[in-house]
Amino acid sequence: MGRALLGKKLGMTQIFDGEGNVVPVTVLQVEPNVIVLKRTSVKDGYEAIQLGYGQIKPQHVNKPMQGHYAKAEVKPRKLLREFRVEDAGQYEVGQELAVDTFKEGDLVDVSGKSRGKGFAGVIKRHGHSRGPMSHGSKYHRGVGSMGASADPSRVFKGKKLPGRMGGKKVTVQGLDVVRVDVERDLLLVRGSVPGAKGSYVTIKESVKA
Amino acid sequence: MDLVKVIESEQLKTDIADFGPGDTVRVHVIVKEGNRERIQVFEGVVIARQGSGVNETFKVRRISYNVGVERTFMLHSPKIAKIERVRQGRVRRAKLYYLRGLRGKAAKIKEVQR
Repeated sequence: MGRALLGKKLGMTQIFDGEGNVVPVTVLQVEPNVIVLKRTSVKDGYEAIQLGYGQIKPQHVNKPMQGHYAKAEVKPRKLLREFRVEDAGQYEVGQELAVDTFKEGDLVDVSGKSRGKGFAGVIKRHGHSRGPMSHGSKYHRGVGSMGASADPSRVFKGKKLPGRMGGKKVTVQGLDVVRVDVERDLLLVRGSVPGAKGSYVTIKESVKA
Repeated sequence: MDLVKVIESEQLKTDIADFGPGDTVRVHVIVKEGNRERIQVFEGVVIARQGSGVNETFKVRRISYNVGVERTFMLHSPKIAKIERVRQGRVRRAKLYYLRGLRGKAAKIKEVQR
């Protein structure tokens, strides 16, 4: 529990490190996050801060949310997320957290909403292997065994079947922070991050750090 | 404004010598041995250039002790100190992979007549 930020995935590229080696990186835009609300153990039973990120036109904010932002005396934000912290007392409502919350060499966990794959079969969705496509085979990409006959005469629960794939929250753990660009509010992490370009991500201190 | 492109363009070298497939080049590579840095020269024929921006690479082929050796370099890598063009060759295609099947005089590339 501790440092966390909201950001936006801009895309991937390669950069050269100090020794000239190529490092694959994902560029995350982390404009200053603003603290909209504090949760304290006295009042709420737990310690957390609510961060706001991104811009939104005032006419797109409904009345209840307008009140929520007005109470914190901050401009309305596109995205709100709550993060557990050890002690919310050291933060102030309205305070801004910038990219320099993290520094080079830190390990972070990045979560985002994975790209939607639509209604996918078992090969794509669960990594099953396919049957022969020819030589008289009629079993190509279908679901495998749908259960035995008399005993148990039903399909077990949890059987891997086709269905909606992607569009879910995915976390990638232990990514290296390669570069922190305070001037342009950019965070470069080594490796890939879930989600499409332009999607929002949460960046947390790694649980395995 | 695409910030990813900006990050890429910041790493591009501006002082790269003009060379292409068929040219013979001397590539000065920085080699690190422990704390010491020295420069190793790899001379050979450029057989391909591919990619664009930071991802652009080129392949250099030379015959070393009767064995064909090919190395791929990142064009904008900081490990490359300098690229010199020794000879400008006259070739009619962009990828010279056919040189791999040729030896000796047959693998020779004519120089551009100036």
